[in-house]
Amino acid sequence: MDKFTTVSSVAAPLPLINIDTDMIIPKQFLKTIKRSGLGKNLFDEMRYNQSGDEIDDFVLNQEKYKNTNILVAGDNFGCGSSREHAPWALLDFGIKVIISTSFADIFFNNCFKNGILPIILPKKERDLLMDDAHKGSNSVLTINLENQEITRPDGSIIKFEVDKFKKKCLLDGLDDIELTMKKFEKIKSFENSYFQKFPWI
Amino acid sequence: MSEYKTLYDKIWENHLISEDDDGTSLLYVDRHLVHEVTSPQAFEGLRMSNRVVRSPEKTIAVPDHNVPTTVDREEGISNKESRIQVEALDKNAIDFGINYYPVNDIRQGIVHIIGPEQGWTLPGMTIVCGDSHTATHGAFGALAHGIGTSEVEHVLATQTLIQKKSKNMKVEVNGSLGLGVTAKDVTLSIIGETGTAGGTGHVIEYAGSVISNLSVEGRMTVCNMAIEGGARAGLIAPDQKTFDYLKGRPHAPKGTNWEMALNFWKMLYSDKGSKFDKLVVIDGSKIAPVVTWGTSPEDVLPINDIIPNPNDFDNQKKQAVERSLDYMGLFPGQKLEEVKIDTVFIGSCTNGRIEDLREVAKIMEGKKVKEGIRAMIVPGSGLVREQAEEEGIAQKLKEAGFEWRLAGCSMCLAMNPDQLNPKERCAATSNRNFEGRQGRGGRTHLMSPAMAAAAAITGHLTDVRNLI
Repeated sequence: MDKFTTVSSVAAPLPLINIDTDMIIPKQFLKTIKRSGLGKNLFDEMRYNQSGDEIDDFVLNQEKYKNTNILVAGDNFGCGSSREHAPWALLDFGIKVIISTSFADIFFNNCFKNGILPIILPKKERDLLMDDAHKGSNSVLTINLENQEITRPDGSIIKFEVDKFKKKCLLDGLDDIELTMKKFEKIKSFENSYFQKFPWI
Repeated sequence: MSEYKTLYDKIWENHLISEDDDGTSLLYVDRHLVHEVTSPQAFEGLRMSNRVVRSPEKTIAVPDHNVPTTVDREEGISNKESRIQVEALDKNAIDFGINYYPVNDIRQGIVHIIGPEQGWTLPGMTIVCGDSHTATHGAFGALAHGIGTSEVEHVLATQTLIQKKSKNMKVEVNGSLGLGVTAKDVTLSIIGETGTAGGTGHVIEYAGSVISNLSVEGRMTVCNMAIEGGARAGLIAPDQKTFDYLKGRPHAPKGTNWEMALNFWKMLYSDKGSKFDKLVVIDGSKIAPVVTWGTSPEDVLPINDIIPNPNDFDNQKKQAVERSLDYMGLFPGQKLEEVKIDTVFIGSCTNGRIEDLREVAKIMEGKKVKEGIRAMIVPGSGLVREQAEEEGIAQKLKEAGFEWRLAGCSMCLAMNPDQLNPKERCAATSNRNFEGRQGRGGRTHLMSPAMAAAAAITGHLTDVRNLI
């Protein structure tokens, strides 16, 4: 996983609440056996009409947002299925940061596994950033994970919380499996006593 | 931690390998269920880093999402991408030596139906799968939840999962259910009450007389949709019904192991005095047969109600409701019972079990699917299908006008050829009514099998109580 560095970009506003994983990446694109190449199908049914042409007023089709790295979204972003294709598609499109008041649990975890930072903010602060995002081209947000700060276009700063372990994994680009492999002795000794107690498992 | 523990606390503690200062924990995984859509990248990851599956005997795989449900599937899957995904699972299962139910095995079916059916799912276990409806297995008092593909790879390699403990939430459904009201109405009504984010960050324990009076299969329907309420997992304390369901299943413990297991399972309940962070109490006698009208599972109303007005919602939800009604082709004030349907889909991990099919057969007794309605029954597993055939249900349903399919996820998420056309309106027993879920532009109304049968008879959303 790539190390997470400071992200500076215009942010795309997606104020709709309950944006689900089926919207982020519809099921017909889950048939891949790869992780890459899903960016072009991100939000497919909102982004393209049935003949495959771009729908002009969808936010990511607007010139100023086409290269964005940041989404500012409505409540409960990423609800629905566990498909990691959702963060894969977001990442492949170029999204590195998503800001909302709340995220669905599985989606939230999946983001971190792929180097995407989901940021939870109180509604008031999310709404300020939503306003910034609506302003488009010159309205750049800067996200500094190390300091846990978002710098707004007017220079003001919004602080955010992030899980300590997840922050370290993002900053260092750490692989979870490698970390757990280091605990193999611990897992082994757990298994020994566990299966003595619960032999039927 | 308090001396009084919830069921979730107990299962968590039993599986805790290590815990860091910030609460980041390593949890042991008892069963890992695998299907073809969310696993190929994980197996590829193992190969690339020369890793093996640590506990193949605890790993169970089955193709379900992509598989066609027509009988011609025995000749192979015609859609190339679907075929590649299923073939990849075939190969991965053999290469890594995991338990496998290939597409033409009679035991094949939806992963959350066959786990319990085969006795892989047991009380007190931790069970994960790259699928959000893993919550289903919570009906047995197991801690079961969906994970992403990176986590699938992590579990394959280590048989553990990195987690932080969720909060405890209790949903108590008291009293008793009225005529024609089923487990599906209970679970939908709970989501209607709490919203799709109501359970976020929590593990829900369902309790109360309505829950304990449900059959084990009904409890699976309730837990299945915990995820739709935002909770990762839903749990129900095991009882005699649970034990009776499990006894004799192929992978359930036998002999002295059964006795030992039983003694342990009987201790799996939330201690009196244990603390829940959130409590929701619902009067079961007030639950009516319900349907969804929008594109979020929280858009639930009793069947005798009318389509709501967007102006009655707060600003953010108002925008979503306007979008939903436009997508669904409905208008405020319209009576739900007057909404005409084109299609009926009965199946899925929510309602694809034998009791669901019996319920449909009961409502259909002496009646037919209305002419012009496409009606499809997709049993949850090959064994459910076989049982329905043995009981004579299959024949009756076919005579009533239903298509009788082979097992799979089918039109619940429409990854196989079973899809809705744009604007086609479906009475569905599945779990999600998201935009495009059952096919681009398709319009889904979620409901119980009994309500779907009623809609099949009349051709519109119908109060099943008028037919019984």
